[in-house]
Amino acid sequence: MATVDIHALSAVDAHVHDAHHHDDHHHEELSFVQKYIFSEDHKIIAKQFLITGLLWAFVGGLLSMIFRLQLGFPNNSMAWLKPLLGGWIVEGKLKPEFYLALVTMHGTIMVFFVLTAGLSGTFSNFLIPLQVGARDMASGFMNMLSYWFFFISSVLMFSSLFIETGPASGGWVIYPPLSALPQAMPGSGLGMTLWLLSMATFIVSSLLGSINYITTVINMRTKGMTFTRMPLTIWAFFLTAVIGVLAFPVLFAAALLLIFDRSFGTSFYLSEIYINGVGALDREGGSAILFQHLFWFLGHPEVYIVLLPALGITSEVIATMSRKPIFGYRAMIGSMIVIAFLSFIVWAHHMFVTGMNPMLGSIFMFLTLIIAVPSAVKAFNYITTLWKGNIIFSPAMLFSIGLVSLFISGGLTGIALGNSAIDIQLHDTYFVVAHFHLVMGSASFFGMMAGVYHWFPKMFGRMMNERLGYIHFWMTFIGVYMVFFPMHYIGIAGFPRRYYSFTSYEAFKTFTELNSFISIAAFITFSAQLVFGFNFFYSIFRGRKAPLNPWHSNALEWTTPLHPGHGNWPGEIPSVYRWPYDYSKPGAAEDYIPQNVPYSATLESNLPHENDLIALEKEEGVTVHAH
Amino acid sequence: MNNSLITVGVILILGVIVMLFRVSRLVDVLRGTGSQRVDGSNKFNALMFPIFGVVMFSLFFWITEDSKKHYLPEASSVHGINIDHMFWTTMIIITFVFILTHILLFSFPYLYQFKEGRKATFFPDNHKLELIWTVIPAIVLAVLVFTGYKVWTEVTSAAPEGHETLEIVGKQFNWIVRYPGSDGKLGKHNFRKIDDVNSLGMDMADEHSYDDFYPSEIHLQVGKPVQFKIRARDVLHSVFAFHFRQKMDAVPGMPTSFWFTPTKTTADMKAETGNPDFVYEIACTEVCGQGHFGMRFKIVVEEEEEFIKWKNSQKGFLASNPDYIEKVPAELQEKAKKFLPASEVKVDSTAKAVVPSAAPVATASVVGL
Repeated sequence: MATVDIHALSAVDAHVHDAHHHDDHHHEELSFVQKYIFSEDHKIIAKQFLITGLLWAFVGGLLSMIFRLQLGFPNNSMAWLKPLLGGWIVEGKLKPEFYLALVTMHGTIMVFFVLTAGLSGTFSNFLIPLQVGARDMASGFMNMLSYWFFFISSVLMFSSLFIETGPASGGWVIYPPLSALPQAMPGSGLGMTLWLLSMATFIVSSLLGSINYITTVINMRTKGMTFTRMPLTIWAFFLTAVIGVLAFPVLFAAALLLIFDRSFGTSFYLSEIYINGVGALDREGGSAILFQHLFWFLGHPEVYIVLLPALGITSEVIATMSRKPIFGYRAMIGSMIVIAFLSFIVWAHHMFVTGMNPMLGSIFMFLTLIIAVPSAVKAFNYITTLWKGNIIFSPAMLFSIGLVSLFISGGLTGIALGNSAIDIQLHDTYFVVAHFHLVMGSASFFGMMAGVYHWFPKMFGRMMNERLGYIHFWMTFIGVYMVFFPMHYIGIAGFPRRYYSFTSYEAFKTFTELNSFISIAAFITFSAQLVFGFNFFYSIFRGRKAPLNPWHSNALEWTTPLHPGHGNWPGEIPSVYRWPYDYSKPGAAEDYIPQNVPYSATLESNLPHENDLIALEKEEGVTVHAH
Repeated sequence: MNNSLITVGVILILGVIVMLFRVSRLVDVLRGTGSQRVDGSNKFNALMFPIFGVVMFSLFFWITEDSKKHYLPEASSVHGINIDHMFWTTMIIITFVFILTHILLFSFPYLYQFKEGRKATFFPDNHKLELIWTVIPAIVLAVLVFTGYKVWTEVTSAAPEGHETLEIVGKQFNWIVRYPGSDGKLGKHNFRKIDDVNSLGMDMADEHSYDDFYPSEIHLQVGKPVQFKIRARDVLHSVFAFHFRQKMDAVPGMPTSFWFTPTKTTADMKAETGNPDFVYEIACTEVCGQGHFGMRFKIVVEEEEEFIKWKNSQKGFLASNPDYIEKVPAELQEKAKKFLPASEVKVDSTAKAVVPSAAPVATASVVGL
């Protein structure tokens, strides 16, 4: 078999020094603080986002364990939690205000800190330069700032858990007037102020990151890396960043107006309010609905910000581990673009019963159901990619297949909710809770896990333990369905969300057993994550040393050394000649052909139009030596 | 003593698990990965998917059947029947797609698991297939949108002539319900006039306020359309009369409304469900603070005769709170006095004959409310 030594490919060619690329980097050693704390290297920043995101996931999950304890076992004494929760446990019972604080913080933490920062922040940072063939992000400094603003935001949000009046408690959507008036609930005092400051900082972090991602993808792709040769991960991260740049500022505006209403006597959201024990407030003319419009204008695109990176990761992992091209590469890109666009014009499906003009209800129902079409296309394409593949079940692959299942299950119930007439009955019930936990929460979490398991060797030069990975997956997959599937039925039966207890209603008294079951399933699922936690941290230090390309993947990140340094490739950046999905190509010797292998080297598997491209390669001076 | 024993036990169990983990890693190293792309666990994982699928479907069918005992009874309103019908039709379609996609998703991993020497089929795209599964969902969704639109416009249409009206105001943490009394109109209100007694801040300068009454439970006449005029006093709340498939947010400063026609009396429902404690309830469905889960309000649906009797027996605001006559402006004092209870009325020879009842007595033909 002729081996090919391609000069331009050589990653460890000691004779090639590329002086250009070292312009901005000093040759003197960076200090420890510069290298590891205020790092401007995208790989370190990615790991900072990852670790912070995982810690937040633990906190967010822990909070849900507490309120699941309340819901599943309302008559059990919670006095044993007093050492942890202090004044929030009164006579063995969880204070209802604190229950609301728990669900609010759980939602805020999971949506923003884990699945936006922890998912996009990690993988966009880590993979964009590596997969498009760049030395680093467009601005390492902005990138460093984006992490540290996230860190400050995290400190603010975390500290709000410990103050006496408690953290924000008006639901993660923090609708005014409840969130505007400290007199209305204790969590709307200092806790809400901290929430707003934290989120304002978070938005800054997100924007800094997104601008970097967009700029890098547009401007810094290596030679030959056209947009239609980019892996779907990059497309997903790119579109996510675009959505973020357009949508987050609107949340910032909404939060700013809320800060004004809270602290400067304005009435953007307030009108005709009389509070028990306080009296009539001197605010008139505002609209509580205004906040909801502004919030959901971000809020809906936000759920796609959470989901798209997971979908991108799944595309990459399923193709690689099935040893098959992703089915319908262009349709996958097209569907992501359509989803990104449509995500901006469906927001009021969260507001069907707010009292807004019913005409808007009709319009938004129509637009919402359209978005189901590109989503369906993606699901079918994933399934078709599996068809007649040659599948290797790495933990990442398991999570990716799991994601497809959760995306379908959760997405389908969206069709019921998107219908405004049906939503009258289902809005603010557990049916909605089931829907978004499956389609967004669990699906994106699975995407994040797939990403961690798949790129761990690239991040740390070691392998995670697969057996623990299989255990983690199956426990979590089963657990997630056990927790959230029953919630559909409770929701159909009318059970409202954010309820501390349900026993005072004749209609809801029957749910005790189901709630207990869900809680037990939740405890088990949470415990399964500890398996992952152990595996992750243990393997960083004691994992088996990874091969250079453990998954036999085509993408560019695997052409860097085992521990890529600053600048990623020690020599020249590889040029790219083909798309990343030449898996099991007929005629090819192996079941994969990396992107940086020119067509002149694969005469046996080239399609006719690819042979025409060989002439271009000759012009570029790509030399092929047959041995 | 017990706690330390448990702690020791947990530590020992964890220790055993860690030992097993380390042994399994050493065994892996000894076995060596060699040129094998996969080991025995690939078969295990491949098989787990169809097994998971079978178990999942079985549990799904079981819980769907078992949950029926929790469901609300058939809707007690005209539009509610339509909403439920739409919902279950949608669920049937959804379930069909759920099962179909999952049969494929969980069998392909098993059928196409890695086999040494086998090569996957290079199948990057197929435009016909893509078109089919874009167009078919689009058509199905278009049908759902159209039928949803029809039901939605009916539900959100204007309340029909001759409908009953009542106001529901949400506050932390209960509902205040107000009926318009025999004049058929709700009195104007101003939030600055709210006090402990005049909980909605009714304007005593509006004569329509005097007969408005505040019952402790909502009564509705079966078969008669009723409009809930909804608002809130402090923060967002939401009125959810779930048996009627009714939901509408209560917004401070922005009145909202929702009308429907109840079709089954409370007595009917007690018979239908076999539950003598059956009661129609309202729940709050917009988080409003620590008492959010406790904002329950009872609804009674009854025949016309009982409904009218109930309405007539309700005491109007002025009748219940005669000292508020002081807030009535001079020019309306005479009118207002008519609503006071008999004992409060001073006999004056120049005054017209006083109506002695607590509230204006309605004759059988009730003024259109």
